[in-house]
Amino acid sequence: MALIDITAVINGETVRESVEPRRTLVDFLRETLGLTGSHIGCEHGICGACSVRVDGEVIRGCLILAVQCDGARVDTIEGVSDSGEIADLQAAFEKRNALQCGFCTPGMLLSAQALLHHGNVPDRETIRDHISGNYCRCTGYQAIVDAIEAVALARAGARK
Amino acid sequence: MKIADDNPPALTVLDRPNSYIGRSVPRPNLARLTQGRAQFVSDVTLPRMAHVAFARSPHAHARIKAIDVAAAKAAPGVIAVVTGAELSKVITPWVGVLTHLKGIKSAPQHAIAVDRACWQGEAVCAVVARSRAEAEDACEKLAVDYTPLIAVTDAETALDPATLVIHPELGDNLTFERAHTAGDPDQGFAAADVVVETTFVFGRHTGVTNEPRAIVADWNPGEQRLTVYHGTQAPHMMMNLFAKHLGLEEHQVRVVTKDVGGSFGIKVHTYADEMAVVALSKLLKRPVKFVADRFESFVTDIHARDHRVKAKIGVKNDGTITAWEIDDLTGIGPYSVYPRTSGIEANQIVNLTGGPYTCPNYRARARVVFQNKNVMCQYRAVGHPIATAVTEGLVELAAARIGMDPLEIRRRNLIADDAYPASGPSGIKFEKLSHHESLAHLDAMMNYAGLRAEQARLRERKIYRGIGFASFIEVTNPSAAFYGVGGARISAQDGATVRLDATGAVFCHSGVTEQGQGAEAVMAQCVASAFGVPIERVRVITGDTDNTPYGGGTWASRAAGIGGEAAWQAGKALRGNVLAVAGSILQAKPETLDIRKGIVVNADTGAERLSLDELARIAYFRPDTLPAGVQAELMATRHYVPRAWPFAFTNGIQASWLEVDIRTGAVTLLKHWCIEDCGTIINPQLVDEQIRGGVVQGIGGALFEHCLYDTGGQMLNANMADYLVPMAAEMPDIEVGHVVTPTADSELGAKGAGEAGTAGAPGAVMNAINDALRPLGAIPLTDMPFTPEKILRALGKV
Repeated sequence: MALIDITAVINGETVRESVEPRRTLVDFLRETLGLTGSHIGCEHGICGACSVRVDGEVIRGCLILAVQCDGARVDTIEGVSDSGEIADLQAAFEKRNALQCGFCTPGMLLSAQALLHHGNVPDRETIRDHISGNYCRCTGYQAIVDAIEAVALARAGARK
Repeated sequence: MKIADDNPPALTVLDRPNSYIGRSVPRPNLARLTQGRAQFVSDVTLPRMAHVAFARSPHAHARIKAIDVAAAKAAPGVIAVVTGAELSKVITPWVGVLTHLKGIKSAPQHAIAVDRACWQGEAVCAVVARSRAEAEDACEKLAVDYTPLIAVTDAETALDPATLVIHPELGDNLTFERAHTAGDPDQGFAAADVVVETTFVFGRHTGVTNEPRAIVADWNPGEQRLTVYHGTQAPHMMMNLFAKHLGLEEHQVRVVTKDVGGSFGIKVHTYADEMAVVALSKLLKRPVKFVADRFESFVTDIHARDHRVKAKIGVKNDGTITAWEIDDLTGIGPYSVYPRTSGIEANQIVNLTGGPYTCPNYRARARVVFQNKNVMCQYRAVGHPIATAVTEGLVELAAARIGMDPLEIRRRNLIADDAYPASGPSGIKFEKLSHHESLAHLDAMMNYAGLRAEQARLRERKIYRGIGFASFIEVTNPSAAFYGVGGARISAQDGATVRLDATGAVFCHSGVTEQGQGAEAVMAQCVASAFGVPIERVRVITGDTDNTPYGGGTWASRAAGIGGEAAWQAGKALRGNVLAVAGSILQAKPETLDIRKGIVVNADTGAERLSLDELARIAYFRPDTLPAGVQAELMATRHYVPRAWPFAFTNGIQASWLEVDIRTGAVTLLKHWCIEDCGTIINPQLVDEQIRGGVVQGIGGALFEHCLYDTGGQMLNANMADYLVPMAAEMPDIEVGHVVTPTADSELGAKGAGEAGTAGAPGAVMNAINDALRPLGAIPLTDMPFTPEKILRALGKV
């Protein structure tokens, strides 16, 4: 299979690789780049474990090909952890035990960050709706909603 | 016994200074999970690692006439193509039976099907290649010549003489049968004013762990050792089974289990494809990796439930329950799963039905039959959701018939809190339960009277809300009675080794495992409290058969109660050892000393005498300064297994508050409550989150989850778009409260909490739906999952 050269900015680092056209972004991240924080749960766009950010939008890493990301900026859980962007969300998840096995957590955190990104304080129903694309089998979701709500309130308070 | 709130005070009966028992300390291993720095088995790569993909039978039952492998072998990247017959020379087949399930039978199961496939999804050939993609490409080039056979799919007719016998050598399709009669059920029913009889149906569902099953097997011929990175709940059990079926000694096998992306009982069984992976590694002398994709998960991860229970209750007009009767039928696929068998769920239903109540008159029959569908086995709360929904469904149907409040009928029949020790109708033994106190706590917590008034007001506006309850019992802390007595090499005991390092920190090596429940936090709490160090000074090591005491792992709600007690005792033993050394350094009697916050102190005054750092320095680097004959033993191991009771039963009660849209049949869950009694609460937050997660898993089975099969044995919804799991938007907030009745079988007094939520939720939701629809004259719904279509049918609208 002919390989295609792509260049992308992954977590702030410019990466040039030759990839198979059929390779999904999440496989590319995990297998080519060793960024195993993005997880594979269903490979058909339902579970949300592979959520990553491409040019600022949270998308399913299993529903986009690596070659489509040529020229794009991709942020994964490793990147937003190292930058400190979601440190408050991570701390809230840990404090509230908003994760058990932790497999959904990277995707859940990126979804949560997308919700809170604009500085709003969503109500619990809105939070539940927003994370409805991220499957968690362990927690029953309440702790996750609590943690996201707490961060939304804290960020709003900090701005006042 | 006392009622505890959700955040009990720091000190409990385990009255050590600076105790962590009863405190919601955070889990020590969370940051790596939130930062994407965990190591799940699906993340593992090794030098020379190959990947396997399996060709799987598209037929529910078929003879394999021939497999043409030539094109696959020639495909790019392919290392080997291996059939079932070839692999059977490397790994022996197994039979999933236990001697204490009298009469249970099954047929030998191979790692890869030999000659015949018995369910849609059974692996028929393996392709090993440099990448998973290349292995899958080559699978497409296999030409498997099948002769389809009749598929036995309906459990109801599996035992008919006209039905094909799946394993002719077994004589019939009956895997296991148990009958039990206690008291005098005939007289009980004769004495009843009302007899309610119905049939409960529980749909087949499955665990849908977020990380699919994953395994990397690495046979090193140079070391003659097999290292298996395995997402499992029971590393020592798997070590034994890999060794046994590969013809190795146990010490030649090491099972390493780091992060596991969900388990729930799915990852505690022997899977044929995983056995194939270890055999392929042995055959090819290099690491081989397999991660199930989601479609494979749906047709090969064990399924569960799928029971049809004809059930009957007798009740007097004063509410007294006079008799129970159940007849359970379940189809478990073509093989009883190894090594725990597929007879346990039915057996548990016989054990648990009627369990919270005093009525002793009970007749039960359970039959387990073979069929050509994916295998079924033990999944979170094994049998409990079924026994609880049957029992509690009968109780509420009976209450409605005699016009009695559903809590009142329970008050009149639940075993009294001062009547222990007591037995259930099946003969199961209860050390001490708290049904009435739990009920009273729930009544107050949910403002039952207020909710009833609200319900009545809303009904006038044609808004139909329902309240449903489920009292429950849960099997936890199993002794050897569960598996060991049946001949399975599954450890009932567990161990902990605690070691003081040279700077005064503590390592705890535990035989239980962590799949997110928080077992490592509980071990750290127990050790830190018993030994006397800040919890940050405790490092917990689990999931490595080379480096942990032999143990059972984490399943059946055993990690905290059994593993925690071992850790507690090991911490105490190390404290004794350390104080002996401290005594000789300080010229003091060890019993006058204690360890608090990592410092040796005078036990009476708390005055600081010696830091652990300094003690360890002397013991490790200047032992020459210790008196002659004093040898510091800075490592201690203790084991624990429950002996006084076969199981530590817990109890509780749940309530569901929901609304049914009678135009669409949709159910909206508004609130859920659970009061449970798991004895001593080591970590309130972790207990509550186990309850919440468990409740939601139970709700999944009640409302959404269903492995749909056609009559030919094809699973129709083997993907996450069509198999519905609970997502955040549909789930309610869940309020949790506790009653605390410690078990006297251990010093900690902790029972398990992992399955209580799943045990009670389906019954509570079912009862709430029926409560909502009762004024409309709907036929009571007893067929899970309760889809909108079924609800509209019950209302006569479709």
